[in-house]
This record gives sequence, structure tokens and C-alpha cells, in this order.
Amino acid sequence: MAIQLQHVSKQFNKKEVIHDMSLDVHKGEIFGILGPSGAGKTTVVKMIAGIDMATKGTIHVLGERMPNLQTMARIGFMAQSDALYGELTALENLDFFASIYGLKGKKKKQRIEDVLQLVHLTDDMKKAVHQYSGGMKRRLSLAAALLHEPDVLILDEPTVGIDPLLRQAIWEELERIRQKGTTIVVTTHVMDEAEKCMRLAMIRNGRLMAVGSPDELKKQTGAQTIEQAFLHLGGMYA
Amino acid sequence: MRIQAIVVRIIRQFFRDKRTLALMIVAPMFVLFLMDLVFNGESYEPHIAINSNVPHQLEIALKEAGAHVKTMTKTKAMTELDEQQIDAWIEMDQTTLRITLEGSDPSVSKTVLMTVQQAMQTLMPRTEQKIAVETVYMHGSEDMAPFDYFGPVLIGFFIFFFVFLIAGVSFLRERTSGTLERLLATPLKRWEIVIGYVIGFGIFTTIQASFISLFAIHVLNMMMEGSFWYVLFITFLLAMTALTLGTLLSAFANNELQMIQFIPLVVVPQVFFSGLFNLDTMEPWLRSIGVAMPLYYGADALREVMIRGKGWEAISIDVYVLISFSFLFMILNVFALKKYRKL
Repeated sequence: MAIQLQHVSKQFNKKEVIHDMSLDVHKGEIFGILGPSGAGKTTVVKMIAGIDMATKGTIHVLGERMPNLQTMARIGFMAQSDALYGELTALENLDFFASIYGLKGKKKKQRIEDVLQLVHLTDDMKKAVHQYSGGMKRRLSLAAALLHEPDVLILDEPTVGIDPLLRQAIWEELERIRQKGTTIVVTTHVMDEAEKCMRLAMIRNGRLMAVGSPDELKKQTGAQTIEQAFLHLGGMYA
Repeated sequence: MRIQAIVVRIIRQFFRDKRTLALMIVAPMFVLFLMDLVFNGESYEPHIAINSNVPHQLEIALKEAGAHVKTMTKTKAMTELDEQQIDAWIEMDQTTLRITLEGSDPSVSKTVLMTVQQAMQTLMPRTEQKIAVETVYMHGSEDMAPFDYFGPVLIGFFIFFFVFLIAGVSFLRERTSGTLERLLATPLKRWEIVIGYVIGFGIFTTIQASFISLFAIHVLNMMMEGSFWYVLFITFLLAMTALTLGTLLSAFANNELQMIQFIPLVVVPQVFFSGLFNLDTMEPWLRSIGVAMPLYYGADALREVMIRGKGWEAISIDVYVLISFSFLFMILNVFALKKYRKL
């Protein structure tokens, strides 16, 4: 088991935003968290990444209770906003994050080259990030999350605001990373992206509605598409 | 109609941000209050020590002119002058009245001289004898401009002000741009971020402190009696205090505007208590507020070095206090970052 949530609740200012959520993510799978905006997707992934703490319940990542800094070193996190330094070049940004993860010398240089190639930004690596297009920034954010070869990769809405062609490329990339044994958790509110995940958690208003493979969820609800399945499940709570 | 829509929207936005609204009204009143305290204080009554050979009539006349007069020996008077316990020392040297002024604050020197002049005038009609007056300055001189006295405080203030603002805003931007969250998703420890900021900015504040000090002394020809290295050291410490305080307070601001709101609350009051204005006219309980303000110590140390030409003994306490302030703010900042990551 790569990630395990047991009866996790989260309160902000006495208001509970995540209600008693339990789920498992298997090693080496692409696990999707699907839900409308405001459902609590970001809160869930931030707790998994160790940035936020659950108010109740426990979260284990790679067998360790979260949050802890040792495990965080094995997690790659790509936030919803492009957390990059606009004044710096792509190379300087990656160099900064690589150093934060303790990469040094030749190894660091090699990893930066590798991830730049992976996201096809090698030609633009000397450009300041504020000159980048939205899509380029997303790709660079992804590259930064991959630098330290994490065992668990957490992506918060990685393809938001990205054109279909690039979105396709990113998903192909994720599949390649997964094949190397990395566990990937990705949040999305786009239904056709959810289809590409091996298993899915559907959440709404901070509650887990269903977990399963896209086919299982469709079968369970008798729906043709994930969208219909989501609406059906949502109806039960409405 | 479109204008009305804009007006309504702005009013709504203001009510959403109650702090900005409160600041608009409360802050100007607060600053005016401080100005009132400073400028409407009682007029300054100089502390004058006299030798026992000074005529008794003159002593009475000085007291009538509003001075606090004490009789003491020359040795004691010189020590008290040096410690700024008294403003002037008067002795009779045959027919000459010799006034020794502490001299570092031109406005105090002026008050002393005016008081003496006033006392002499009330005395003159009764004494036939003509008395010559001779003035000696312990620090400074007759030509010393008020700016020379304010100068060291202004150097300290501007360094403090800009470092505070720039450090605060850049740490804030780290948060609003999401890079702080990104950093906190790495195994980076909270104190490492704080130290990183202190060092990174420390380099620039050192450069800034050097430029401002050099400019003030060599271009503006500000009075400079002591060692330049001390000035540099004090301005550096003051900048560090501003840096750590700025980054700490940025945790309590949600945007640049709210960061700027800290200026009238945190920076401006320090000006009033840093010795830019004479604090002796202020109520003693008010004066003691200055003890909590970093600029008070920075300005004091700068004045000791620049005007009075003093060395380490005179500034050591100020230096220790500034270092303590910086460490305190850094530790608090490490705790403030808990808001973004518990671990």
C-alpha cells in the first residue's frame, strides 16, 4: 500500500471540510481524485503531501505516518498554482528545487537535464519563467516535482488551463513515470481525464462517494460515462 | 449607472476588508496623537550645574528662567555632562562666565544659552560689573546644524523602513505566489527558510547599509566623530532587526496593501521614540515605550558614535539589544510559519 487514509477529517476554523474519509492507494497506480471545485480535493492531497495535518484520523504514506520530513523527501508535489520564481530562468528554478532536495554536483546536473528533456523545455531553459506561456509553466512545475525521483507523485490539477494536445502529452508522460514504479495521485474535475486513471475516488462536499476503477464505477451505477456515474452518485447525497 | 456600480463595488470591497477600513480612520488619528504628544509637550527645561563660585543672584535668576540648577564640583559635572545627566556646566573664571555645553543636541544647547542670557538680563540692571560670557562645547560646536543631530537617527530610520518593507513584501510574495507552499512540500525545515531569508537578505542589507552610511558621511557631510566600522556594524544590525520583523509580520498580511498598513503601526511610532524629537518633554511613562523599539537602540548607538565619537563601551548594550531583537523575531517567525505547515 503506497498511501492509506483512515477516518480522516479536517477542520478549518471549526468547520469540517473533510468528513471521515478512508481510502487506499496501491503502489504503482495512477489514482485519480475526482470532484467539483470546492469538494476538498486540494485539502486531501495537501494532507497526503504532509503540508496539512488531519484533524482526526491517520494518513500513512509508504508505511510512515504523515506528516514527517523523511517521507516528504520521497514525495513529489505539484501544486495547483505554478509555484515558480518568475524572475529566474527555468534552469535556475530547477537548480533551486534540486538543491532543496539535496541533489548535488553531477547528479544534480544530470537530473535537471533529464527532467527538462522529459517536459520538452531544454530549448527554453535559459528563458526567464515570466516569459513562459501557461502550458510551459505547468510543464516546468511538473519537472520540478520529478527532480528527486519521488516514489509518490502528487499532482493537483496538473492539466488545468492546458490545451488538449499538451494534456495528452502530460498523460503519456505520467504513464511512463508510472511504469517505472512511481505511485501517482492526481486531482481533476475533468471527467475524460478521470477515465485515464486506474482507480478513482469521487468526492463531493468533503465526502468520499465512491472508489473504484472507472469501469467498476460505471457498472455500479449503470451509467455509460464517468460523468453520468458521478451525477448518479452525487444524487444519492443531494 | 456604470459609475454607480463601481462605487457600490468599492464600498462592498471595503467592508470585506475591515482592517483597511479601520486603518484609514484609526491610523491618521494615531499618528496625529503622537505628533500632539511630541510637539505639545512642555517646553524643555535645561539641567544646568553650577560651580559654587557662581554668584547666588545668577543661580536664582537661572531658576526663575526655568532651569533646573544644581551646585557641584567640576569633576562631578564633567562626568554628568558626559553621561548626559546635565546639559551644561557654568563656572566663574575671574570676570568671565564660562558655559560648558554637552552640545550634541543643538536645540538643547540653544535653550541653555537662551536661559543663561535671560538670567543675565534680569541680573544686569542690578550689577554694575560687566560679565563676559564664554561658551565651550563638549561635543559638536556652534556650527552644528540640527540635521547633524537628526542625521544618525534618519540613517537608522531609512535603513529600517526600507528593509522592513522590502523583506516583508518579498516574503509575502513567496506566499501569494504559492512558492512558500511549494517549499513546505519539500523536506525543508521551517527554520531553514527563516535562516535562508536572513542570509540572503543580509547580503543586500550589508550593501545597502554601506552605501547609505557612506553617502551620509561623505556626500551629505554629516558629522562623524567615531569609527566608520561601528556605524556600519550598527546599521547592519538595525537592518537585520528590520528584516526579521518584516518577514515575521508578513505572515499576518494577506497582500501588499496590508503589509504597507504596518508602516504607520510599526515603523512610524519608532520615529517618535528614537530621539528625533526630544523625549524629555514627554510624560515619563510614554517615554518608556521607546524601550520596546529597535530603532531607539540603533539611533542611540549611531549618535554615540557619529556625534560623540564614542566606542564600544557606549554602544555595547544597544548592540546586544539589537541582536536579541533579531533572534527573537527569527524564533517567532519559525513559529509563525506553523500556520502554513504544522511540521
